[in-house]
Amino acid sequence: MTARERIAGSVANYVDERTGAAKWMKKNLTKVFPDHWSFLLGEIALYSFVILLLSGTFLTFWFDPSQREVIYDGSYEPLQGLEMSAAYASTLDISFEIRGGLLMRQIHHWAALIFMAAIVVHLMRVYFTGAFRKPREFNWIIGVGLLTLGIVEGFLGYSLPDDLLSGTGIRIAEAIIQALPLVGSYLAFFAFGGAFPGEAFIPRIYTVHVLLLPGAFLALITVHLMLVWYQKHTQYPGPGRTEKNVVGYPLLPVYMAKAGGFFFIVFGVTAFLGAVASINPIWLYGPYTPAQISAGSQPDWYMGWLDGLVRMAPPLESYIFGYTIPWNILIPGLIVPGILFTGMALYPFIESWITGDKREHHILDRPRNAPNRTALGVMSLTFMLVALINGGNDIIATTFDLTINQIMWFSRIGIFVLPPIAFVITKRLCLSLQRADRELVLHGRETGRLVMMPHGEFVEVHEPISPEKAWLLTQHEQNPPLALEESDLRGVRRPGVLKNKLRAHMSKAHAVSVPKATADDLKEIEHH
Amino acid sequence: MSNEIEAIKDPGLPAHVHRRTDTDPKAAKKAERQVAILFLLSALGTITLIGSYIFIPQDVFIFFPVLGNTNAHQLFLGLGMAASLFFIGMGAIHWAKTLMPDEEVIIQRHEFRSPDEDRADFVKAAKDGAAAAGLGRRSLIKRSLGLSLGLVGLSPLILLRDLGPLPGDSLTKTSWKTGTRLVTDPGDRPIRPEDLEVGAVAQTLPEIAKGEHRKLSDIAKDAVLLIRLRPEEFNLDAERLSWTHEGIIAFSKICSHMGCAVALYEQQTKHLLCPCHQSTFDVTRAAKVIFGPSARPLPQLAIKVDSEGYLVAQSPFNEPVGPSFWERSS
Amino acid sequence: MKRLSRFRRHRAVAPLLLVLALFSIGTTFSVAGAATSSPLTAAERSALIDEGQRIFLKGCSSCHGLNAEGGAIAPSLIGVGAASVDFQVATGRMPMADMSTQAMRKTPVYDEKEVEALAAYVASLAPGPGIPGEEHLNYERDGSTAEGGELFRTNCAMCHNFAGQGGALTQGKYAPTVMGVTPRHIYEAMITGPQSMPVFSDKTITPEEKLSIIKWIKAAENEPQLGGAALGRVGPVTEGLLVWTLGLGMLVGVAVWLAMKAR
Repeated sequence: MTARERIAGSVANYVDERTGAAKWMKKNLTKVFPDHWSFLLGEIALYSFVILLLSGTFLTFWFDPSQREVIYDGSYEPLQGLEMSAAYASTLDISFEIRGGLLMRQIHHWAALIFMAAIVVHLMRVYFTGAFRKPREFNWIIGVGLLTLGIVEGFLGYSLPDDLLSGTGIRIAEAIIQALPLVGSYLAFFAFGGAFPGEAFIPRIYTVHVLLLPGAFLALITVHLMLVWYQKHTQYPGPGRTEKNVVGYPLLPVYMAKAGGFFFIVFGVTAFLGAVASINPIWLYGPYTPAQISAGSQPDWYMGWLDGLVRMAPPLESYIFGYTIPWNILIPGLIVPGILFTGMALYPFIESWITGDKREHHILDRPRNAPNRTALGVMSLTFMLVALINGGNDIIATTFDLTINQIMWFSRIGIFVLPPIAFVITKRLCLSLQRADRELVLHGRETGRLVMMPHGEFVEVHEPISPEKAWLLTQHEQNPPLALEESDLRGVRRPGVLKNKLRAHMSKAHAVSVPKATADDLKEIEHH
Repeated sequence: MSNEIEAIKDPGLPAHVHRRTDTDPKAAKKAERQVAILFLLSALGTITLIGSYIFIPQDVFIFFPVLGNTNAHQLFLGLGMAASLFFIGMGAIHWAKTLMPDEEVIIQRHEFRSPDEDRADFVKAAKDGAAAAGLGRRSLIKRSLGLSLGLVGLSPLILLRDLGPLPGDSLTKTSWKTGTRLVTDPGDRPIRPEDLEVGAVAQTLPEIAKGEHRKLSDIAKDAVLLIRLRPEEFNLDAERLSWTHEGIIAFSKICSHMGCAVALYEQQTKHLLCPCHQSTFDVTRAAKVIFGPSARPLPQLAIKVDSEGYLVAQSPFNEPVGPSFWERSS
Repeated sequence: MKRLSRFRRHRAVAPLLLVLALFSIGTTFSVAGAATSSPLTAAERSALIDEGQRIFLKGCSSCHGLNAEGGAIAPSLIGVGAASVDFQVATGRMPMADMSTQAMRKTPVYDEKEVEALAAYVASLAPGPGIPGEEHLNYERDGSTAEGGELFRTNCAMCHNFAGQGGALTQGKYAPTVMGVTPRHIYEAMITGPQSMPVFSDKTITPEEKLSIIKWIKAAENEPQLGGAALGRVGPVTEGLLVWTLGLGMLVGVAVWLAMKAR
């Protein structure tokens, strides 16, 4: 035993005698993680969060979250002598007086954009592979919560510097609060400590941005990860992979080195963006005043869809008994996002209700084998994309020689028409991919080689695929739709017929598939 | 289930294929060197970072293709930092991929559902606990506890009351009064009608006493846009026409949709566009909405000239300016 | 750290400004001289006007009418002044290449002499804003950058964007970028209100304030990249695009490599 080993042993002994950690560590250090690039998308989000904590802490050392008016006397000449809030002035100071301050600001902002983008692609991976199914429904809901919090947290951070662009964003947020029936104007006055913009808002959202929401994030992320740990990761289908096992690399050392290394990669890429690409150049925007505005005032991308929805909303307002209900704000700003996010959070339960499937799933679906789900996902993404495009319609118009009116009308019609079209196309695409899978298993791979048969016919040589590949293409379950009786054994109609009809209908749509190839099919072909 | 037909069999985990580094000591040595080089690159990155921090002044700009004339301090600080982090990651991953064991391991999943025995014990324990506390029997305690817990949630609500004052008439009133002069923003100079040519615009605010300071919350309601047209271009009813002066018309600059500053005036079409959500207003028809999400015209400020010939408000706005709210009557 | 107040005095800036100044003087000298300090004799003047009328009849009258009275597709030019002609023709907007929604800045069709003659002709029809002389365009001396920025954000940024990059108007019209426009043309645009742009009167934005705006625009134009690639200076849209392409692209690329089995 070397000296180093002795020391390590005695430290381990010291800790274990006080915590009993050895038992736990033994089990967990040998924990196995399946390896796939798409399993790292969530890690990008996690690491971006750590980067946000680190760079954000740096920024707090100099940022002054106050709307007290100051005269700028820093080194950025085009703003010298102007009145501005201390928040804006201190952000300028971070950018120009603190060495590395601008770099940190840019890293923080890029990390925030990457954080949100990674959450979205992670969510897409989880959705399209069916990883949200039992037993992982809680984690799905936590994920939707993190996405929602991320949007709020990002918006607050974007608002803190109190520049012309972010002030415009706050102005719009205030209008949404103010639009709420009954309590709107009261809530707005409470939030802003009086009339907009007041002097209370920035200090308040600062506390929420650096304390309350990061705390909530930490708690939710911890639970999210603990559940992943405890429930063990899902895995893609393949030879040797079953619902009962996990195939992958042990935590120590392979996974730890890879995951740890990946943290540095994410940080490095973020720092690279912070070094080479300017983000949120607040010194160009100028300090906020409500009488000024810039062309192309947009939020960050994760709010862009919301802005796009608000832009395309019809000019509707109701006046009832002397009270105003601004539907043009409420529908795109609150009602539609509310329905979308609630629907998203409840999706695992909706799907399980439709399929009647209450079993655990640890093997992921190939998206083509769940055509209905995949089509629904693409449909939702299409909806979001149309809204997002409309959110940047002015920039798109000037870049591609279009008119904002054209893009607006395209979006107004497209938001209703394109998602269903996307649904139908995706579903058909999934089914033809299933058909192609079946063909591949039964007839093998086309080699491109032509052979002349004795009677003169040319045929292409097909090569049988490997048993591993054949298994991958046929391992999925194909369950029949739910059989829901409209009446019970005695012929009495059951309660909730309508609900059952709907459920049966959806279940049937969900179960549409091309029969997968079986060993029997293969034998039959061999006989011919 | 279709599984009654014979399905294709799972061939099981394929045999492990050794990497070159597992079999060829030379390849392993090479991989080790590569990992070391990556770590050294990281160290170089950190040195670049330190060097840039200390030695590159903040006012040096160098030209880079794509980036343009870029601040060297910021760029090299960032590139050094990026390299120092990125290459640690690359090194660690390359190490894991080439030199750490790459044989896939299989572990078994455990069932999440607790054994029936444990579940029964849990239900019993919970029931026993509840019984011991006497919640079921002592309904007085149960109800009063319910009441107090329900009420305790109110305290944070009431404690947050002082976050701000009640709106009062703040949302419906602006600083404009009968006879308030319109002054330029910025500059605070009063304006005569003859100062504006046809086709001209002016950003204005209500005049304030010398030495007084404008609050942003006032500007957020008071900002007004002056536009001069040919009088014959107006398409207004008699009342609205009387609110104009020699072709000069004044609108609240605060969008009736969500409060952005509406000031994109197109001189030829006489349209006002809001850059936030693209509501478009027709100036000749009292800012009627002709496109976009806004549901109401921009409030019009009635103007005239005072005895000294300067433009003033005839009267305050006759409706609240800015975005809609519940108590707004129309 | 006083680096930013110093960068304007940086080595590269002075020659750049000099070239810019020489350029604007070069292009404006003859026209400006003709319109303001007028060293021309009456005879020379009327010759210039005749020359202008000749060019007008050949190149402009098909749309603007034989006497510049305007037509179905083009406005009357009576009373628009020399400044308007100089802006429209010397920036290449007029004559229009095609009947699109808006005349674009392009290589001028007429040279300085011809523009001068055209301007003189149109100015002779009725009084209108004249071409500002060089001595009235000394923005470096008479303007203030910070004040100009404030004026720009209040009066210009809503159409031309916070950094003067331009932006969309209704029905395919747009506010062009103000980058790379000569001070004289910026000034002329403000006093004449070309196309969609409104007029900014000398009483609401004084000549000194206009010079401040020009000074700010020139500062924005010459501002180096303080934080890296500028991404067009159009705000969060391009930033979002970069994150989804380059940012996520790099990260997913590394992730794919990470999960690939080594051989």
